Amino acid sequence: MQQYFQNIWDGILTVLIGMKVTWRHLFTPAVTIQYPDVRLQLPDRARNRLYVNMDDCIGCDQCSMACPVDCITIETIKSTPDVDLGLTSVGTKKRLYVPRFDIDIAKCCYCGLCVPPCPTECIKMTDVYEFSEYDRDALIYNFAVMSPETIAEAKAKLAAYDKEQAAKKAVAAAAAAAAKAAAPKPAAAPAPVAAAPSSATPASGTAPAPGEKAEKKPETGTSA
Amino acid sequence: MKETLINLLQNEVLVYSLMALVPLLWVIPFALFAVWLERKVSAHMQDRLGPMRTGGWHGWSQTIADILKLIQKEDIIPSAADKGLFKLAPYVVFGGAYAAYAAIPFSAAYVGSEINVGLFYVLSISSVVVIGLLMAGWASNNKWSLLGALRSAAQIVSYEVPVAVSLLAVVMVAGTLDLQQINHQQTGWFWNWFVFQKFPFLALALVIYFVASLAETNRTPFDIPEAESELVGGYHTEYGGMRFALLFLSEYANMFAVSAIATTLFLGGWNSPFGDFLSGPWWGALWFIGKGMTFIFIQMWLRWTLPRLRVDQLMYVGWKVLIPFSFLIVIGVGFWVMLAR
Repeated sequence: MQQYFQNIWDGILTVLIGMKVTWRHLFTPAVTIQYPDVRLQLPDRARNRLYVNMDDCIGCDQCSMACPVDCITIETIKSTPDVDLGLTSVGTKKRLYVPRFDIDIAKCCYCGLCVPPCPTECIKMTDVYEFSEYDRDALIYNFAVMSPETIAEAKAKLAAYDKEQAAKKAVAAAAAAAAKAAAPKPAAAPAPVAAAPSSATPASGTAPAPGEKAEKKPETGTSA
Repeated sequence: MKETLINLLQNEVLVYSLMALVPLLWVIPFALFAVWLERKVSAHMQDRLGPMRTGGWHGWSQTIADILKLIQKEDIIPSAADKGLFKLAPYVVFGGAYAAYAAIPFSAAYVGSEINVGLFYVLSISSVVVIGLLMAGWASNNKWSLLGALRSAAQIVSYEVPVAVSLLAVVMVAGTLDLQQINHQQTGWFWNWFVFQKFPFLALALVIYFVASLAETNRTPFDIPEAESELVGGYHTEYGGMRFALLFLSEYANMFAVSAIATTLFLGGWNSPFGDFLSGPWWGALWFIGKGMTFIFIQMWLRWTLPRLRVDQLMYVGWKVLIPFSFLIVIGVGFWVMLAR
């Protein structure tokens, strides 16, 4: 019986205590942030949209290999030795053209694994998080800055250079083969031995001629 | 008001029909406002903001936007549902809740119907709501709706007893069932209000009436029939669009009707607490609405403070706590009135 009255008293008292708590909270300022009128300040290392500084990109492909969802696509063209692509901000010489550097930001999982491998720290996560688009294709970001003409030119140059090098190699190989053929006759007259180096020099002397011819050919090819 | 309209229109039936619609002018704006208020009060009690954008200032037109949305919704009736009862149920619920407004005096100059058994009428007509709830639960052809409806019926019927008995104590003091007369007996300063008479009996009667009325209107902690996290929606699970809006509207109409009875019987109704200062027909309506809104606010406050009672706890509180105490109050007041005479 006494328990009955005790229960009633406890019930009433606890209800009143609860009401006091809710009353107090009625006047507590709300913790809601009214986005988009007010935006939260993100921490310094917040991982949001990626940004690539193409001036520093050396086309090493490390970020693309590190990406777990394969959202980075990179294509490079080797530059020829006569071209100076400049230095990166850390002082390394750039040796590759980067005609294609695409990041599919829709696939990106914002893990940040692409950032540490970059030798020049050119790929970064910014604090931008409001970049929705109406068309999914608009979410494929193209960071490369080469125009199609420049790309074609670089490719052509590379092809020409490669051909030149190949031709040089061929000549050098032929000369080396000839030298080898000449070399195993040491008993032969010194004249042939003396003739070998002399025949070698005319060979190297005439090398530019075929090389020039080779260079001229692709030129005519491109002009055609 | 009735006389002027009869003189104007010369047709009594038309006049009575028009006057039957007058409380609607209060009920509908009140329901729109109360839903918004509930959302804001609940939000701020939970340290958040509630509606902020619809209509500009603190989302004041949020409820209007919601009603417009509900009106546009497809009218879906479960294929195996009892179509007649399903469609009729919201009207019965709303009718029962709205009909109580006929006898509630908003002001000295306005009462819908001047019947001298006003209180008896209000209590009995608001019990019609139970029939509507049972119809809704049964006709939905849904086990959980049926469970919700049956629990609701049990709850409402159980709590009718402490409501009636605690109000009986007031009737013994007032000597009449006529609500307008009860108001007139509480004129003067606030110590004339019935809540301060026969102290502490009528004050306790107010507490018991208020708690029992929470159960009548299915408000937390007695909202097992709605039990949003347990039964989806209880008896109104299968209702969508405008039918649901009507059930929702009738819940808020019922809330105010119950608060109005509490203010009329205990807090002096449309009387100003300062005697003649700030009194009059329009001031009276304002006082009445203000006191009613205080009870509404307390109902909302309790909703966001207390957890839901289990159905057996609910029955325990009704039968084993409220009823014995209300009987004791009636006996106490009865002796007091008898001996004071």
